[in-house]
Amino acid sequence: MQTVLTLKRKPVRQKNKNSLWVRIRQHKLYYMLIAPGILFYIIWHYIPMFGIIIAFKDISPYESVMGIINSPWVGLKHFEKFFDSYYFWDVLWNTLRISFLKLIWGFPAPIMLAILLNELKNERFKRVIQTISYLPHFISMVVLTGLISSVLSTNGGLVNEIVKFFGREPIFFLGDVKYFVGVLVASHVWQNVGWGTIIYLAAITGIDAELYEAAKIDGANRFQQMQSITIPSIIGVAVVLLILNVGHILSAGFEQILLLYSPSVYKVADIIDTYIYREGLISMQYSFASAVGLFKSIVGALLVLGVNYLSKKIGEEGIW
Amino acid sequence: MKSAIKSSRAEKSFDIFNVVFMVLISLIFILPFWMVFVTSFVSSTELSLRGSFIMFPWKWDFTAYKILLDKNSLVYNAYTVTLFVVVTGTAISLFITSLLAYGLSKKTLPGKTFFTGMIFFTMLFNGGLIPSYMLNKSLGLLDSLWVLILPMMVSSWNIFILRNFFSQLPDSLEEAALIDGASPLKILLYIIFPISIPVLMTIGLFYAVGYWNAWFSAAIYINDVKKLPVQNIMRNIIVSNTASDISTEMSNMTIHKPTADSLKSAVIMVCTIPIICIYPFIQKYFVKGVMVGSIKG
Repeated sequence: MQTVLTLKRKPVRQKNKNSLWVRIRQHKLYYMLIAPGILFYIIWHYIPMFGIIIAFKDISPYESVMGIINSPWVGLKHFEKFFDSYYFWDVLWNTLRISFLKLIWGFPAPIMLAILLNELKNERFKRVIQTISYLPHFISMVVLTGLISSVLSTNGGLVNEIVKFFGREPIFFLGDVKYFVGVLVASHVWQNVGWGTIIYLAAITGIDAELYEAAKIDGANRFQQMQSITIPSIIGVAVVLLILNVGHILSAGFEQILLLYSPSVYKVADIIDTYIYREGLISMQYSFASAVGLFKSIVGALLVLGVNYLSKKIGEEGIW
Repeated sequence: MKSAIKSSRAEKSFDIFNVVFMVLISLIFILPFWMVFVTSFVSSTELSLRGSFIMFPWKWDFTAYKILLDKNSLVYNAYTVTLFVVVTGTAISLFITSLLAYGLSKKTLPGKTFFTGMIFFTMLFNGGLIPSYMLNKSLGLLDSLWVLILPMMVSSWNIFILRNFFSQLPDSLEEAALIDGASPLKILLYIIFPISIPVLMTIGLFYAVGYWNAWFSAAIYINDVKKLPVQNIMRNIIVSNTASDISTEMSNMTIHKPTADSLKSAVIMVCTIPIICIYPFIQKYFVKGVMVGSIKG
């Protein structure tokens, strides 16, 4: 790397002042190509990022964007209000709880499915199962909600028919604090398990076939091969994915919860994002909701940076 | 020898277990769709005769679909909105994404690192819901179909996938054209695009499925029911649990009314069938996208 730099630097030094401008002028047309995209990032990403300063101000909901600049500063008032409020621990706890449960169930599931898929002998059958398992990944969150509400319906839903078969009363899963989080986790796993196998199956395909040959000659049966070859060779991928997932622990699935929850289950289902949504867009407390959002963004960004550092440290590749 | 036979027997029973397990798993994936599919075809008379749980209908009743796809129904109207957003959105997204990705793939471009960093930073940190809402409101995008496209027209993830692809193309491809005096736009249109069609298709599909499935923007920015995409109409029906507002003509209907459940299910089907029909063909592009994305940017 260093040699390349020194090589480049020498000829440039001769006309140091002009060179950058010359190069920029030479690339004028390329700047025109990237201009619309860069403009998009400035308008729809960087202006809202600047707008986050309303978290430190008091803004009335009827102000325009100019109100962001004109409204009075109030320092950390909104943060203090959030941290002191009784909701803070509730929404933080719910967010972490739902995230962890999704991780505990949703993380190992695709690994197991991938290993079992890999053991199928009939290639055609394997491909059909794979294709079927990808289907839920392509449907929208709204359709998922529709499917959940129809499968769990107390009036002829599949699950409640099974419950009734065992002689129990039908259960209103979506309105019951005992079951709601379970529904979130189960539908999350249902939607993502098939798609999650892709990366593991690719890792398994990358295993040298000679390893299996050698193991067979040594008398290892299929379970021993799975245990000593297949599983160890996907552990690296699994660790990286696990670490990356931990980085997103504060996002417990906003759209899914927003579509499914109701006041009767707020106690277990209200997460940071749904709280921001209600306080901000329904109660129109723009500044307060932004403060909560900023808290989440900062902790989230630190987590992502932290886990990426961690995954590099343990010798696996980070995402960048 | 004995142990070898034993283990092979264990292997055989494992194989059988595995196949049975896979069939069960597939049923778990398919059954919810099947239940909704069937419910959408059950007429109110059949429902009252057989009770609510039906796996196979006696008669396939199309009343619900006739109402939904009637020209005056909200669903029909919402379909046109969704189609507009998917087609226009995908075209704009693909165009801007490929221009940006191509520009950033130029190793000699001054400021390349700055622009890349600027895009990357948005993947880490964002202003959040409220500032974005205020911005779009001030831009006059409330109740405009453009609000369903503009704020999400470029995805950083897709930029990086495409930029990586472009930078792997050999430089010699462009050099000859540059010497002949072709402009970057011409090189892009006549040399780069034609050889990138498979990748552009993949990125286009990412965008198209994204636009098709999107609902949150419309939920917060659009009040006019006539401008709601089909996902939001479906959401309203599922949430309110009534089907009465689907069609303006519904109240004057002379044919027997379908049940609320079958109408609800029909809406879900109308939203899902296009995806179910095309996903077996597009999934291989998506799989490729996952693989490209996992090679680091």
